[in-house]
Amino acid sequence: MLLIPALLGLALLVLPLLALAVRAPWGRLGELLTGDAVLPPLLLSLGTAALATLACLVLGVPLALLLERSAAWPLVPRRLLRALLTLPLVLPPVVGGIALLLLLGRRGLIGQGLAAIGLPLPYTTGAVVIAQTFVALPFLVFAVEGALRSTDRRGELAAATLGASRAQTFRLVTLPLVAPGVAAGAALCFTRALGEFGATITFAGSLPGVTRTLPIASYLALQSDPEAAIALALVLLVAAVAVLVALRDRWLPGVAG
Amino acid sequence: MTRGREPGRRATWRRATLRGVPAAAVLAATLVGCTAGPAPEACATGAATEAPLTGTLTVFAAASLTETFDELAAEFEAAHPGVDVVLSYGGSSSLAEQIVQGAPADVFAAANEATMQAVVDAGLASDPRLFATNSLEIVVPTGNPGRVEGLADLARPELAVALCDPVVPCGSASVALLDAEGVTAAPDTLEQDVKAVLTKVELGEADAGLVYRTDAAAAGDRVEAIAVPEVPSAVNRYPIAPLGAAPNPAAAAAWVAFVLGPSGRAVLGAAGFGAP
Repeated sequence: MLLIPALLGLALLVLPLLALAVRAPWGRLGELLTGDAVLPPLLLSLGTAALATLACLVLGVPLALLLERSAAWPLVPRRLLRALLTLPLVLPPVVGGIALLLLLGRRGLIGQGLAAIGLPLPYTTGAVVIAQTFVALPFLVFAVEGALRSTDRRGELAAATLGASRAQTFRLVTLPLVAPGVAAGAALCFTRALGEFGATITFAGSLPGVTRTLPIASYLALQSDPEAAIALALVLLVAAVAVLVALRDRWLPGVAG
Repeated sequence: MTRGREPGRRATWRRATLRGVPAAAVLAATLVGCTAGPAPEACATGAATEAPLTGTLTVFAAASLTETFDELAAEFEAAHPGVDVVLSYGGSSSLAEQIVQGAPADVFAAANEATMQAVVDAGLASDPRLFATNSLEIVVPTGNPGRVEGLADLARPELAVALCDPVVPCGSASVALLDAEGVTAAPDTLEQDVKAVLTKVELGEADAGLVYRTDAAAAGDRVEAIAVPEVPSAVNRYPIAPLGAAPNPAAAAAWVAFVLGPSGRAVLGAAGFGAP
């Protein structure tokens, strides 16, 4: 009885992607992928997504620890923290881009100070990385938090009783335990950053070689060279599928931990 | 998981509101009744008895037509109470692509002839007619923080300059204008449509941008406009055509006639569009 809606749901998710693969200009693919339409945005996207993933790791692992500790907090701040961390997941990315502009834009709360000292952020590759980090960070935080919650914490207690400092305990006991969760979170971050569109085009703009990432190039190409757009979309799809297939089921969002 | 992009996002669906109904209704009824009526009695009885149009009319229109077509839709609905006008605005090229992919539109109004030609070439429209022209202007944020005086300033590297990408009509017009004036611009961003350029300037995130004269006018005192030389190759001509597969062909034909007629001319002229 439930099989039919389940299959319909699966079809809704899979068939559009299948259509993309069917309609892909396979004959021109080699030429397109190495041409000017695809290669520069692809390299820019790979570079910025890697930097964004690094930023997510530096900021996200401590944030995941904080989130896990918040289990001992009173109800309201605990839920507030979780809600704030979830926001970038449910917010339209364009809204995230506008919010980033209002904070870091050339007339933003912080941004006008940066512009005054000659470091305006909009239209720079750095702005792309910030936008990608903004949307990707929750993926890392929740993956690591899930891993933290499912680990046996007695090792940390033992380390502490044996005289290890908190930093030593974290580095030598906790981090190795949650390493698979961190790796999975980083992979999810990378794919999310790679696919980022709305916040990037709003906050960072769109200039070839500087801020025009793969999804933006794909969107624009749709207006002039649809085959190039499909080739670009295919690259994004293959990257995402490769990362997700490499992940074990239990690290996917929603079932983590 | 939310995904970052929705290709249709730029095309905002908007139902025309019935603001200013009484005056508009009288005007439109008079115009439609008197110009289209075969006999003088048609003027007295009004348009409603003339051609009882019904149903939904879906119009795909260039983003630069947003304000004028909203206003015209209100007049049209007042003249034809049975018709519900649904307007979808977006970059002309992306609208053309949607039509070619089978979007169920009745009428297409594009910002240049090349995008209309793509739809005609696909066999989905015939006999497009020109209804307006538009030219470019420089816009700067209020107060002109970049001290922009003319096209040559768009080449100053220290300014944040926003232009349309050359693949969209406002971008190809910008390229034509800059080429004709011998300016090598130093853009910081190439946006996907003219409204995105205007937004960047309104927010002060760009010191200067090239937009259509009509967009500069619609933005009012949120931006300052700086005139640029009139270059024939940089003037956009707007074609309109009913679509061959229109679900509502009668209303589509009436809308095209309405836009080409005195009502359309008046509203478009007031917004700064030139006559074709």
